Amino acid sequence: MEFLNDLKDQVSTAYELLAAGWGVQLLWGIGWTLAVTVVSMLIGAALGSLVAAAKLSHRGGLRFIGESYTTVFRGEPELLIIYLFYYGGTQVLTGVARSTGSIGSTDILNMPSFLGGVLAVGIISGAYQAEVFRGSFLAIHRGELEAARAYGMSAWLRFRLVIVPQVLRLAVPGLGNVWQLTIKDSALISVTGVAELMLTANKAARSTHHSLLFYTVAGILYLVMTSISTPIFEKAERYTSRSFTRPK
Amino acid sequence: MSANVAAAAKAAPSSGETPAISVKDLRKCFGDHEVLKGISLEAHKGDVISILGSSGSGKSTMLRCINLLETPDSGEVRVDGELIKMKRSRDGHQMPADIRQVERIRANLAMVFQSFNLWSHMTVLENLVAAPTHVLKRPRAECLEQAEALLKRVGIWERRNYFPPHMSGGQQQRAAIARALAMNPKVMLFDEPTSALDPELVGEVLRVMRSLAEEGRTMLVVTHEMSFARDVSSKVMFLHKGEVDSVGEPKEMFARPPTPQFKQFIANFNK
Repeated sequence: MEFLNDLKDQVSTAYELLAAGWGVQLLWGIGWTLAVTVVSMLIGAALGSLVAAAKLSHRGGLRFIGESYTTVFRGEPELLIIYLFYYGGTQVLTGVARSTGSIGSTDILNMPSFLGGVLAVGIISGAYQAEVFRGSFLAIHRGELEAARAYGMSAWLRFRLVIVPQVLRLAVPGLGNVWQLTIKDSALISVTGVAELMLTANKAARSTHHSLLFYTVAGILYLVMTSISTPIFEKAERYTSRSFTRPK
Repeated sequence: MSANVAAAAKAAPSSGETPAISVKDLRKCFGDHEVLKGISLEAHKGDVISILGSSGSGKSTMLRCINLLETPDSGEVRVDGELIKMKRSRDGHQMPADIRQVERIRANLAMVFQSFNLWSHMTVLENLVAAPTHVLKRPRAECLEQAEALLKRVGIWERRNYFPPHMSGGQQQRAAIARALAMNPKVMLFDEPTSALDPELVGEVLRVMRSLAEEGRTMLVVTHEMSFARDVSSKVMFLHKGEVDSVGEPKEMFARPPTPQFKQFIANFNK
């Protein structure tokens, strides 16, 4: 009985804490987490498609650049990349600003935390997306590309009418995977001071001394975000591969 | 080249008009293997030329050299009298000098492939209008109208909104022929169009091809269909080990095989 009473107390404390403003803060945290993830995915998509193209190129130099990119950014700890971009970026910006005289010789020009964060996570996401895009391109039926050439399509038309739609279809499952990775990587941005879910949970846990409560709530919220995205990607996959599944 | 080739060349209609396709001394190696050892061919408007040969004889490679899906090592290809300009790359390989010219000429040489190669993410109708609207830049409405008429002609209009993977091989190949016709091509190139089909589906595709021959289309057909070669085509060309072994009028060729190789080849088919 005592256990139940204890639990009741816990629940009412949790309710009070969340109602006292931490709930709203956590919701904002979710918003920032999604914003970081979406922007990082977009940066990653742009970089990833360029890197995939470089890795598929006939030119040895481009292939080397592409290979190096995916090797480095998949092989380094995410946290290191984020520190490198945020603190390293701050150092570079400060140096440049001091030398041009835009700030005083003792002032510091900080890397904007959101920008530094999404650049770092976007670059990491791009390394994984590059592999997804490359695999998808290689999975396109060669004959369909050949038909596009045989019908007089220019390289640009082949890219737009045949390659992009097919790469997107083949890439959806892999991109779903990268999306989940990127949601989780976004938590690391908390070190730069973006008030996303992880940082908010951290603050709440420290200032209220209810670590168990807030980290559990944050954990559940991350799980909700990742599990909601699964059926969304499944739906996208069903739509983009409709030409290969049996018609109803 | 055997004496038969020279005789056939003389017998060919030489009205002085420009040949639709003219190929001279085409050579092509894959690594150390010489696939084409100097092939020449002339196709005039309305010709239906069946290109026969056992596998490895170079017949598909020759067809693919005409629209530059393969780049010949040497020799020249003219389409409607226009020479496809070639140049040497730094490593000494021949390559097209002007890719825009190649793209323009390809649009006049619609190809039908063994494995259909329809664009699987587009419906049949979209497959038919994609190249005419984007490559030939014709108005979409006009292309759609023509596409529907062509699909009726090849008998798959009901399937116009299907995706290719949802159709039988015979239907896909008929759609691919309609896609070729939608380009209003000067010459149609068929690369073993029935070889990937189940036997019971071959007939529907051959019927369409026969009707195209009857309306005077210029066609180069790489095929193993002896009845098509004998009964439909206006000329038969037999390739053997990368060379033109014999060329001639089909009924004559089949009745009196001009070379031992061709005799052996058709004997194997009649077994």
